[in-house]
Amino acid sequence: MHGGWLTYTILAIFTVGSLIPLVWQIIAASHSSGRLAQTPPPLWFGDRLFDNLGSAWTDANLGLALLNTTFVAGTITFSTVLFATLAGFSFAKLRFRAKNLLFLLVIGTMMVPPQLTVVPLFMAVSEVGWTDHLQAVILPMMVSAFGVFFMRQYLSQALPTELIEAARVDGAHSLRVVWHVVFPVARPAMAVLGMLTFVAAWNEFFWPIIALTQRNPTVQVALTNLGRGYVPDQGVIMAGALLGTLPLLIAFVLFGKQIVGGIMHGAIKG
Amino acid sequence: MTTDNVPAAPPVSTGGAAPPGDAAKEQRRANRRSRRYQRDTKWSPYGFIAPFFVFFAAFGLFPLLYTGWSALHRVSLHNPNELEWVGFQNFTRLWEDEFFWNALGNTFTIGVISTVPQLLMALGIAHLLNYKLRGSMMFRVAMLTPYATSIAAATLVFAMLYGRDYGLINWALGLVGIDPVSWEAGSWSSQFAVSTIVIWRWTGYNALIYLAAMQAVPHDLYESAALDGASRWKQFIHVTIPSLRPTIIFTVVVSTIGATQLFGEPLLFAGSPAGGSQSQYQTLGLYMYQMGWFNFHLGRAAAIAWTMFMLLILIGLVYWAITRWVNRDTAGKEA
Repeated sequence: MHGGWLTYTILAIFTVGSLIPLVWQIIAASHSSGRLAQTPPPLWFGDRLFDNLGSAWTDANLGLALLNTTFVAGTITFSTVLFATLAGFSFAKLRFRAKNLLFLLVIGTMMVPPQLTVVPLFMAVSEVGWTDHLQAVILPMMVSAFGVFFMRQYLSQALPTELIEAARVDGAHSLRVVWHVVFPVARPAMAVLGMLTFVAAWNEFFWPIIALTQRNPTVQVALTNLGRGYVPDQGVIMAGALLGTLPLLIAFVLFGKQIVGGIMHGAIKG
Repeated sequence: MTTDNVPAAPPVSTGGAAPPGDAAKEQRRANRRSRRYQRDTKWSPYGFIAPFFVFFAAFGLFPLLYTGWSALHRVSLHNPNELEWVGFQNFTRLWEDEFFWNALGNTFTIGVISTVPQLLMALGIAHLLNYKLRGSMMFRVAMLTPYATSIAAATLVFAMLYGRDYGLINWALGLVGIDPVSWEAGSWSSQFAVSTIVIWRWTGYNALIYLAAMQAVPHDLYESAALDGASRWKQFIHVTIPSLRPTIIFTVVVSTIGATQLFGEPLLFAGSPAGGSQSQYQTLGLYMYQMGWFNFHLGRAAAIAWTMFMLLILIGLVYWAITRWVNRDTAGKEA
């Protein structure tokens, strides 16, 4: 079935709707706050983009924030993918006692909202003096129930049991099997999970805003500070928002096709 | 790996016994290998799942239970490790608290007006993307970009777009003769505005998930429907939607959990934890944050958290019952 002109029109409208706020953000980031407080709003780029980017960079401590966020998201992604692959392999292909019960527990943990853990985590963090330290954000997010579920679904289909048995017959112990058989087979799914985890960790908001302050922020925490001035400068706010999103947007321009393929691949099929 | 490569067992002291014959030695080595093999297969599964459960116990399960414990105490933010037992007082005070009911109602309305249109539009877009199209990848990438935009960045942009005096949206409405709307101050208008941020960020993502499921639907189903003279719309209703049922349930559950936890959008839309001058778009998540970290009542914040949890369990049970009922219904028809 081919799409007609109506199909193209509707899709074009949605595409424009998806992109307008981002494009307008760049336009607004290139104007002074005085120009932004006029009617009609600016519809084309002004000349203050680099001034505003510079102000946002210093006002919101964005250099440190970007460095912190890269480190936090990178660490979380690495550990989530590693542990999810190990546990997913175990649940998909190995036999052990209480396996179904334990897997049910993993699924159940996906229902626990972050709000439920925040009060005690905050108590613990302030008790050991980790307020403003990055490990306070990283440690609670090192594993993900969704990741375990996702890797199990993938490996139970993609990894032939005979392959594991053959390696076993050759005398390979479990870690060897994981390294030489499981990891190579799991690589595509690990890439998808890694990408989803990185985006989520980069954009994580609720817990960092409680655990960190402006002295040692992640990007999302730093951005909340921009709007708080007595007379907030809208151009600078937009420039800051742009800087906080830029790394992921660049990744989208470069790897858009793979990212879309990954998300579609990771979807639960009917 | 090749089969003729038998790994040598490491030298193990045989306890000072006289050197046994070759056959016995071979036998013992084989036994040792098989014991080690059994130990390995028995314990390594637990080793592989251990990291997940250790971290989950420390940063998920324990805090979950401790939140329930704190909810039964008076706990101040200034002294978070001093608990004073008050029983169910935190919960009874919530019951009488008009701000709690206000936040509960807002969470519900914002949840509905953000989730329902979002999933319906995603379904429609996925259906269109499922046609053979030129530039189909371009549409997909463009629609997914909002997903990569953080809550903070997206909300700051939308707060400006919805500005009363100089916002782009009121200006555009003015072009078609509609008076400026005070988006942030009104009750319905502000909830609508907050919902559009959620819709904007997640519609494309859900559309891709639906599209993936649609591409797994066998082609002959459509062909035989077309032979029976079913229009495209009828095919969509009678072939696509039923085939997508598990995916639809999955997205509904995930979106409901997300809607119950809505926090960043209302917080940043006005830049305060009150959720507007009349708390007109304060959600439960936001109210919990205000109660704990601005009013310093960590115990009552914990009580709000547990109330949210119980609500989610309740919603989960309702969904489960609906799914069972729907499945039984179709099973009866097919039989």
